[in-house]
Amino acid sequence: MSHHGARGGAALEVRFVPDEDVLKHIAEDAGFKVRKDKPQLAVSVKGFVKTLENISDDEAQEMLEEKSYVAVLGIRTQDSMGDGSGVGGGELYTFQTPKRSGKMAELASELARTPGQSEAPDCTECPKKNVKTPQSSSNKKNEFVSTTPYRLRRRLTAPDTQLESESEYSASCSEEEEEEEEQKESSTVAGRKTPAKTKAASTPLSKKSLSKKMKEDKMSNLVEQYFEAHSSSKVLTSDRTLQKLQKRRLNQETLRDLLKKAPLPYAAEIKELNQQHESLFSKWMLQLHLGFNIVLYGLGSKRDLLEKFRTSVLQDSVHLVVNGYFPSITVRSILNSITEEVLEHTGTFRSPLDQLEFIVKRFKEDSSLELYVLIHNLDSQMLRGERSQQILAQLSSLPSVYLIASIDHINAPLMWDQAKQSLYNWLWYETTTFSPYVEETSYENSLLVQQSGSLALSSLTHVLRSLTPNARGIFRLLARYQLENKDNPSYPGLSFQDFYQQCREAFLVNSDLTLRAQLTEFRDHKLIRTKRGADGVEYLLIPVDDSTLTDFLEKEDEDV
Amino acid sequence: QQIQEEMNKQLFDNLVSFLRRSHSEFQEKATEWTCRMKSREIPTAALVLGVNVTDHDLTFKSLSEILQNNITPYVALLQAKDCPGIKNLMQKLMGQLMNCYVDADSSDEEDCAQVSPNRIRCSMTSLISWYENITKKTDSETPNRKRTSSRHLQSPPVVVIFKDMESFTTKVLQDFIVISSQHIHELPLILIFGIATSPMIIHSLLPHSISSLLCIELFQSLSCKEHLSTIIDKLLLTTQFAFKLGEKVLQVLINIFLYHDFSVQNFIKGFQLCIVEHFYSQPLSVLCCQLSEAKKRVNSLSHSQCENIRRLPSFRRYVESQESEKQIALLTSDNFLKEAVQKLLEDLHVYHENYLPVLRCLHVFTSSLPKYPLGKQIRELHCACLESRVWETEDYESSLQLARMLNKSDLVTMLQKCVEIFVSSSGKDFDKVVEKLKDFLAQFQKLEGACQEQGESISSQKELQKKTDLYHLQKSLLELKESRRSKKLTKFEVLRFEVVDFIDSLVKNYLVPADHQTLHELVYFSRAGALREHLNAAPRVALHTALNNPGCYLKHQALRSDGGSLSNKAPDVCIVYKLHLECGRLINLVDWLEAFATVVTAAEGPSGDAAVSDQVDDVIHARFIRAVSELELLGFIKASKQKTDHVARLTWGGC
Repeated sequence: MSHHGARGGAALEVRFVPDEDVLKHIAEDAGFKVRKDKPQLAVSVKGFVKTLENISDDEAQEMLEEKSYVAVLGIRTQDSMGDGSGVGGGELYTFQTPKRSGKMAELASELARTPGQSEAPDCTECPKKNVKTPQSSSNKKNEFVSTTPYRLRRRLTAPDTQLESESEYSASCSEEEEEEEEQKESSTVAGRKTPAKTKAASTPLSKKSLSKKMKEDKMSNLVEQYFEAHSSSKVLTSDRTLQKLQKRRLNQETLRDLLKKAPLPYAAEIKELNQQHESLFSKWMLQLHLGFNIVLYGLGSKRDLLEKFRTSVLQDSVHLVVNGYFPSITVRSILNSITEEVLEHTGTFRSPLDQLEFIVKRFKEDSSLELYVLIHNLDSQMLRGERSQQILAQLSSLPSVYLIASIDHINAPLMWDQAKQSLYNWLWYETTTFSPYVEETSYENSLLVQQSGSLALSSLTHVLRSLTPNARGIFRLLARYQLENKDNPSYPGLSFQDFYQQCREAFLVNSDLTLRAQLTEFRDHKLIRTKRGADGVEYLLIPVDDSTLTDFLEKEDEDV
Repeated sequence: QQIQEEMNKQLFDNLVSFLRRSHSEFQEKATEWTCRMKSREIPTAALVLGVNVTDHDLTFKSLSEILQNNITPYVALLQAKDCPGIKNLMQKLMGQLMNCYVDADSSDEEDCAQVSPNRIRCSMTSLISWYENITKKTDSETPNRKRTSSRHLQSPPVVVIFKDMESFTTKVLQDFIVISSQHIHELPLILIFGIATSPMIIHSLLPHSISSLLCIELFQSLSCKEHLSTIIDKLLLTTQFAFKLGEKVLQVLINIFLYHDFSVQNFIKGFQLCIVEHFYSQPLSVLCCQLSEAKKRVNSLSHSQCENIRRLPSFRRYVESQESEKQIALLTSDNFLKEAVQKLLEDLHVYHENYLPVLRCLHVFTSSLPKYPLGKQIRELHCACLESRVWETEDYESSLQLARMLNKSDLVTMLQKCVEIFVSSSGKDFDKVVEKLKDFLAQFQKLEGACQEQGESISSQKELQKKTDLYHLQKSLLELKESRRSKKLTKFEVLRFEVVDFIDSLVKNYLVPADHQTLHELVYFSRAGALREHLNAAPRVALHTALNNPGCYLKHQALRSDGGSLSNKAPDVCIVYKLHLECGRLINLVDWLEAFATVVTAAEGPSGDAAVSDQVDDVIHARFIRAVSELELLGFIKASKQKTDHVARLTWGGC
C-alpha cells in the first residue's frame, strides 16, 4: 500500500490505526481503488483516467465522463428522433467489461451528494465533502468497503454489526493478485494522465470528428471486448443475503399499502404527459379504421392510458380487453372469448387454428361486425410464444378487427419477423408515461423479494379444508415426516410402503387401495409429487418449502 | 378523407395490376409447358421471388387467381406452417381442392359440399378417385356445362403451390413428391415452389433421387427494386395525384425499403401513412386534390382557413415579394386572397406538369453517364431535385462535364427520347422545347452528311501522302497535329455544347425545388420525423432515454440537469436502473437496496438520517421492490439461481 502510494507520487501513508481513524482515512483515500482500464463507455469517453494523486481530480474526471456519456446519448437520440436521418443507439449496445460491485455504492454516494448539479472540480473542497458523507449515515461505510484493499477492509469490518461479520467477498482469495495488477496498471495510467485528461475535456467540442474515428475503433475492439467481458467466469459480488438483513419480508398486501403511502413524485408532470397522449385518441381511431394496428411503447404503465382510451372512445362499440400480464392468459382464452361472447357461438374447437379459421370466416361473411381488441402487454410471458403471436397477428390482419396493444419488454420487437410484422401492420407510438406498473408487476412473483409463500400456504389450507379429516391426517403425517428430515439434503421422500405402514398405525386408512385413492387426489391438486427411486420404490414429496410447511402445520394444529 | 380512401384504392389497384402484368409471362410459359408433360416426372415450376417475403402473399394470390381463371379450376395454396406432416399437408390440399370444386359448381353439386373435408380419409387414392369423378362428370355433363369448362384444358391439371418452400420440412416434401410421382398418370399434378433465396435450395433440400422425379423449370420474378421503381413512377412522378412527398420523407421510405425489408407492401403502407398524416395534420389539405376541384374549394374557404393560408411560410414569402398595396390586400381581404390562391394553385400545377418531363429528360441524360454522378434511378434524381437547386450541386457539374463528352450516336438517341417524353407530356410551353430539340436532331443529321464528306477528303489526303518521303511525312504529320490542336471546335462539338447548355437551361427553369414554390405545404408532406417514429420506431432508445434522462419527458426543474446526468430526485426506476448499470453480470440485492436507500434518503433531506441508519425504511424498501420488479418486467434483469439473493443482468454491458 505505502509503496503504492509512493509510486503514485502522493503523500499518503497507511498505518494500522484505531478504527475511527481508519474510517476517516478510507473516506479520504477512496480513490485508491483503481479499476482496470475499462473499454469506452461511449463515444466521447476514451481512455479511462484514474489519478492517484488527487481524489477530487479523480472524481471530477469521472463525473465529466459520465456526463458526457449521457450527453452524447441524449443528443444522439434526439437527433434520431428529430430529423430522422441517423439511427442513434449504436452506443447502447457496446460491450462493457463487468465492473466491481463497489462501483454501485460509489455512484450511489455520489448521486446522493450531488443534487443534480455538476460539482466543480475544486481540489480543496472535495476532500471535505468526502469526510462529511460517512458521518451522515453509518451504512455509507459499507459502500467504501469494496473500494479499499482487502486487509484494510477486514480490519474495518471487524467491529461492525453482525451483518458484515462474515467474509464479505466470495472471491476474496483472488483479490491479492488483482491488487498487484491494479497497481501496475495504475502506474502506467498515471503516466499518461494529462493527455487523456485534456482529451476528455475537449471531446464535447470535437465530437463529430472523433466519432468517426471511434466507430472504426469500436469495430475492431468489439470482438475483443466481448471475449474480455466473458472471459472471467467468476463474478465478484458480495455474499450478503437478505435474510441477514434483519428485515421481515413484506408480502403483497403490505407492499401495496406501503406504496400507497409513498407519494408519487412528479404527479403533475406525469399527468401532463398523459394528457399529451390522450390528445392522440382521435388520431388512433382514424388510423385503426384505415387498417393499421397500433402498438404503444415506452417506459411506464400504459394500462391506464388504454383504459382511458377504452372508456372515452370505445364505449359504444364491441371491444375486448386482454390483460396480457395475467399469468394464466392464453391465446385460446382470447379466441374463446371472441367466439363465445362476441360471435355468440357455442361449441368447441379442436385447435386454435380451427377456431381462428372460424373467426376469420365469420368476420368475412358479416362486414358489419367490428371488434376492437385491446391487449395490455402483448409481450408477456404467456403471449410471447411464436404460435400465439402468429395467431394474434392473423387475427389482427382482419380488416374489421382493430388491435391496439402495448409492449414493455426491451426485446419485445424481436418476437415478430417480417411476415408477422406485415400481418400486424403496426404503427408505433411512443407513450412514455412514467406511471408505476402496479397491476403488471403484481403478478410477476418470480423475483419479488418479499415472496413469503403466502399464496402456497393459503392454497394448501383451502384444498385441505375441503378434504375429509382422514385425508388431512394423511397429509399432516407426510408433512411432519418431511419436516423431520429437512436437514437431510439427500432426503428422497417417504416411500409408499413406509407411508402405508404409518397411516395404518394411525388408523387413517384400512387398505393399500384407499391410500392410493387418497394420494391420487393429492396429486391432482398438486399437493404432492411422486418419484421413483433407483430401487423402483415410489417416494412421496410435498413440493413446498420448509418454512411454509411449518407455518401450515402450526395453523393446522391451532385448528384441531 | 374520401379522396384519401379513393387514393388508397387506386394505389392497390395499381399494384395488383402491375403484379398481374409481371406474371402473365409466367402463365404463357406455364401453359406451353404443361402440354409437354413427361410421364413419371412431375412438372415443377420454381419461382424465385427474392427476399421480400411480405410481398409474396399478394403475388401468390394474384397468381392463383390467374391460374384459376385461365388454366385450371384446381389450385391449392399450401403454406409451410399449416403442414407440419404429410398428413396435414394432404388434408389441407384435399380441403382446398374440394372447396374450389364446390365453388366452381356449387349449384348442382350439393352433396359434395355436405361432406366436410376433414372427415374424408385423406390419401392419394381418394384424391384420385375424386379427380376422376370430376373429370368424368364434366365430360358427361350437359353441353351448357362444357362450354364453361372449355376455356380450361381438356383434362385440367391440379396445381399445387408451395408458398414458402424453404420452410417446409424436407421429409414432408420428399414424401409428397414420391407419392405423387407414383400417381402422375392418373392425376396430372403440377407443383409450384415459391423460393425466397436461390434456386440452389431445391437441390439442397431434395436429394437427387427425389429431384430427378421433378421436371423443374425456373422462373425469375422481377426484383423488388424494379417493383419499387414502377410504383414510384406511377405514384409520385405523375400529375395524376395531387399529393406529393417531400424529400426527407421519400428518403426515409426508400431507406426503410432498402435497408430493412425490401418490401413493396411496406413501402405502400408507408405511403398510405403519409397520406393519412398529411390529411390529418394539415388543415389546408382540403385543397390537395385535382386542380379544378381545388379551385372550387378555394371559393368556399372560411375565414379561419384563409388565416391559415396567411400563416404558411411560403405564402408569407410570396406576400413579402409583392408591392405594398397588394400586400395589404392579400392580408386583409379574403376574396382577394382567394383569387390569389387560385392563381397560385394553378402555378403549382403547371410547375408539376413541367417538372416531371424535364426530370425524365435529365434522367435520360444522366442515367447513361459513367459512374452515375446523379444516381442510376430516377428516384435518386428526384430526391436530389427536391432537396436543393440541383444545378448548384457538384454532382450536377460533373455530370454536365461528362455529358459534354458524349459521342454522337448516344446523344442522338437521347435527344430522340427526350422528344418523345416532351411530346407525350401535356405541358403547354413545351412546344418550343420540342421544336428546338428537333432542330438539334436535324442539325446532327446534317452534320452526319458533312462528316462523311470530310472523311472522304481525309482519305484523299492520305493517298497524296503516300508518295512523299519519310521526312515530309513527319513534317506533315506534325503540322496536322498542330492544326488539330489549335483548330476551332468542330461543328459537332459546338452543337454538343449547345445541346448541353440547352438542357442546362431547361433544368434551371423547371427543376426548382418544390419548397421554393408558394403553397407547396398544401400538397407536400414533409414530416419525416413523424413517419420514422411510427414506421421504424426504436423502442429501446425510448426506454433508455426515459430511464437515463427522465427530464427529457418530465418537465420538472429538479430533473433538468445540464449535462444530462441523473439527479438523485429522479423517479425510483431511473435510480435503480442507473445503479444497476454499474454492476457486472450478477447483482446483489442487498447492496443494491442499500445503495438505493442512500440515494433516496439523501434526496429527501438530512432530517431522519440517524434514525434510518441501520435499517432501511419500510417505505423505501417497498419502493425498491417496486422498482426492481419493474426492471424485471422491462427485461433488464432476471432472477438468478447462481447465488442467493442475486439477480442477473440481461442487457448490454452485463451478460
